[in-house]
Amino acid sequence: MAVFRMVLRRLLSSIPLLFAVSALTFVLVSLVPGDPARTIAGEHATVAQYTAVRLQMGLNQSLPLQYWHWLVQAVHGNLGSSLFSGEPVTQLLSNRLPVSLSLIISGTAVSGVLGVALGLFSARRGGFMVKAVDGLSLFGLGVPPFWLALVLVEVFAVKLRWFPAIGYVSPATDPAQWARSLVLPVVSLSLGASAIIAKQTRDSVLDTFNKDFIRVMQANGFSQRSILYRHVLKNAAIPVVTILGVVFVSLLAATVFVETVFAMPGLGLLIQQATLQHDIPVIQGAVLYITLLVVLANLLVDLAYGLLDPRVRAA
Amino acid sequence: MNGLARRVMRRPAAVASTTWLGLVLVTAVGAPLFAPHGPLDQDLNHVLSDPSSGHLLGTDELGRDILSRLLYGGQSTLLGVVEALLVYLVLGVTFGLAAGYLGGWVDWVVTRTAELMFALPGIIIVLVVLSVFPSNLSAAMITFGVLGSPGLVRLLRAQTLSVREELYVAAARVSGLSRPQILRRHVLPRMISMVIVQAALFAAIVVTIQAGLGFLGFGVQPPNPSWGGLVADASNVIDTDPWMLVPAGVPLVLTVIALGLLGDAIRDAAIENWSLSKMAAPAAGVTARPAAAPDTDTDAGVPASDGAALLSVRGLSVEIGGTPVVQNVSFDLMPGQTLGVVGESGCGKSVTALGILGLVPGGGRISGGQCLFEGKDLATLSPAELAAVRGSGIAFVSQEPMVALDPTFTVSAQLAEAVRRHRRIPRRAARARVLELLDLVNIPDPAAVARRYPHQLSGGMAQRVAIALALAGDPRLLIADEPTTALDVTVQAEILALLRTLQDETGMSVLIVTHDWGVVADLCQRAVVMYAGQVVEHADVNAMFGQPYHPYTQGLLAANPHLAVEGEPLPTIPGTVPAPSDWPSGCRFSQRCPYATEECSAGPVALTRLQADRLSRCLHTDQLVLEGGRR
Repeated sequence: MAVFRMVLRRLLSSIPLLFAVSALTFVLVSLVPGDPARTIAGEHATVAQYTAVRLQMGLNQSLPLQYWHWLVQAVHGNLGSSLFSGEPVTQLLSNRLPVSLSLIISGTAVSGVLGVALGLFSARRGGFMVKAVDGLSLFGLGVPPFWLALVLVEVFAVKLRWFPAIGYVSPATDPAQWARSLVLPVVSLSLGASAIIAKQTRDSVLDTFNKDFIRVMQANGFSQRSILYRHVLKNAAIPVVTILGVVFVSLLAATVFVETVFAMPGLGLLIQQATLQHDIPVIQGAVLYITLLVVLANLLVDLAYGLLDPRVRAA
Repeated sequence: MNGLARRVMRRPAAVASTTWLGLVLVTAVGAPLFAPHGPLDQDLNHVLSDPSSGHLLGTDELGRDILSRLLYGGQSTLLGVVEALLVYLVLGVTFGLAAGYLGGWVDWVVTRTAELMFALPGIIIVLVVLSVFPSNLSAAMITFGVLGSPGLVRLLRAQTLSVREELYVAAARVSGLSRPQILRRHVLPRMISMVIVQAALFAAIVVTIQAGLGFLGFGVQPPNPSWGGLVADASNVIDTDPWMLVPAGVPLVLTVIALGLLGDAIRDAAIENWSLSKMAAPAAGVTARPAAAPDTDTDAGVPASDGAALLSVRGLSVEIGGTPVVQNVSFDLMPGQTLGVVGESGCGKSVTALGILGLVPGGGRISGGQCLFEGKDLATLSPAELAAVRGSGIAFVSQEPMVALDPTFTVSAQLAEAVRRHRRIPRRAARARVLELLDLVNIPDPAAVARRYPHQLSGGMAQRVAIALALAGDPRLLIADEPTTALDVTVQAEILALLRTLQDETGMSVLIVTHDWGVVADLCQRAVVMYAGQVVEHADVNAMFGQPYHPYTQGLLAANPHLAVEGEPLPTIPGTVPAPSDWPSGCRFSQRCPYATEECSAGPVALTRLQADRLSRCLHTDQLVLEGGRR
């Protein structure tokens, strides 16, 4: 019950954010030079045709009023249609979402598992491993995902032909091909992220090892295995979960690049194309979707806090 | 600041980074001078050529020189970094400082706005801006600077708040230094180095994002060169000329890594500086002394190990980071008895107690001596054998009950784990035993408390649970490290009474570390007084209270608040315990001792047997006893 209330409270408190983001995009978009009505009506439209389009698009109204109409429509699940394909934006986005989610969720999972394992290992071993994780995280910071993706394509798709260079296969069509098509994009997304997670895990584990209660447990004969895997890990996981949330959001942004390299029909590629084409309704809808995803990710992080830390649960 | 720059430049990584960044900067700005070819010059006879003397990094699909394009392309990267960084710094510093210093509604508005901006997916907003201002990289970079600034705002706000707190303290302490002076000398340097670090890391991100935008085709438009555009060109010819990926990407990667390394180096150098100045502060005004001489104690005063003793510590020495912190400590603890280890903070009491358990903090180690527990020398046991003794032979209760329990598990889960570690019994039986244990430590409603988490317990309750945890393995010896220090006075008395009862019921021995003579008087039969890592007096508690044989014991007893006379100031021992690295070669207490003579600092003072079971490490015990009544 308490969890349910928390979820509800968090969702309600994200409403201002959604307002702010959509209003911000709306204002920005209204600054676009040129006239969408002119584009839609076409070069050779008569004045009457042009005015009709303007009227139909609501462009003769004031900006706040336009925003209000958009908002009312959005609340009813109507985000307008693409200026180019004419496809409803919600349908367009819903088709693209599974591709991006496959990428982001696998990317977060892979970098989470890899990062935590590496971090734990380096905390336990110390010495060389500490340097290795520091080096890897520097590498992760330095190597942009789009360049890494290209290198991976060159080596593993062009040269070795282990994985497809581009494209996406829906898991409904062929689960094995789906997995194969995800490998290279997910690896290029996960390298930097897993390094960040490894670093955080290591610091957090070492920090927890210095806590009083760990010494009390050692002094009272708790087994080393239980101390590490039950107590240290659970306590150290709290900051790691925070980083996982950050990673999820940053992968969301990185999909713009990675989907472009691998020509995957996801949200990222859609936004990139819509930006090039000034397809305003699509951009607006995509921003809304992405903000929602960020809100959901943060909600999951908060729920995980509650599971891990009873002090948060009480608050 | 020059000092900081010097310390930064002592690091090889920083030198390499700065060199690379300098090179990038100079060659980008001076591209027309350095570039061997024009950025747009096409040489259609040498398309996609490998590196050659004419084209050091090869050519692209239009035969343009890649090196030249890199150098010219660096210009837009540089411009982008400057734009984003300026916005980031101006907004971050202004709002961070304003929120921290002004507080109130300014703080509220700034913090809320920053929170909101944190939740925005930055790159997506940048793309929206780019759809409004097509190919306008400046607009994109300024937007990115705005979106990045909340990070700096948050950091500077927190820093300003903590500095504000410190300032009052500093101003009170350091009279004669005006507030602006303090600000200029102590606050600003720290802030500036922090801002520089953040700026370097942010610049690293900007370079990546900028290249990313160029790669996507949003930045500099072809045919003009940019780093991101080069990667895009390389990706177009990946099938025919994979080599181009290398010159297109490596300089970019190196630049980002150099910025990251430089940021790390500045941060490390700055931290080094703060910790150095912090450590230097208390030492100011104290004349340098020679390093501590090795303890030359012979065990003359200490009797051979008593076979009847439960725990017999002989010549225990502990080092932390190569510095001795406990030297040659010896004592016996009989079954059922209680021994107090007394002294100020920093005398090595806790290290001694943890040393017995083989758990020296801070990566320290036992460097000599024996800890005979039931005849076995704990100092020579393997980690596994030692772990078997802990909890069942010797148990441990720590000082701060609120942090002595794992905050993420219930009382019941932790106690059950301890029970099942020592007795192989089923879970159900373990749970019953947990309730028994809680009952044993006088917890009123064991079943209810068992279900709670540590943060739901009061300090006294938590200490009872911690004691129950220690009792789970039916130990013969309980080591308690200042078990009452962190508690309220009434709770202290309850915990002490509990320890006494438990001892009566179970017959276990107790080694209690304390600085409270009340605890010693209440529980202990014998006491060991420690000063600066050494035992200075060792005696029966009654005899010690009657007539201390060491000036330090005398001083501690006089400073006991329990014996304070109303209306008279509480006597204190002037000065502080020297740090292990500052131990004098002679008597370590001589600096603070009213009886000290030249003789005292001449050389190490041995622990001497004065009566059958009384030991003292003092050259002037006779005088102390004579004058004892008058002091």
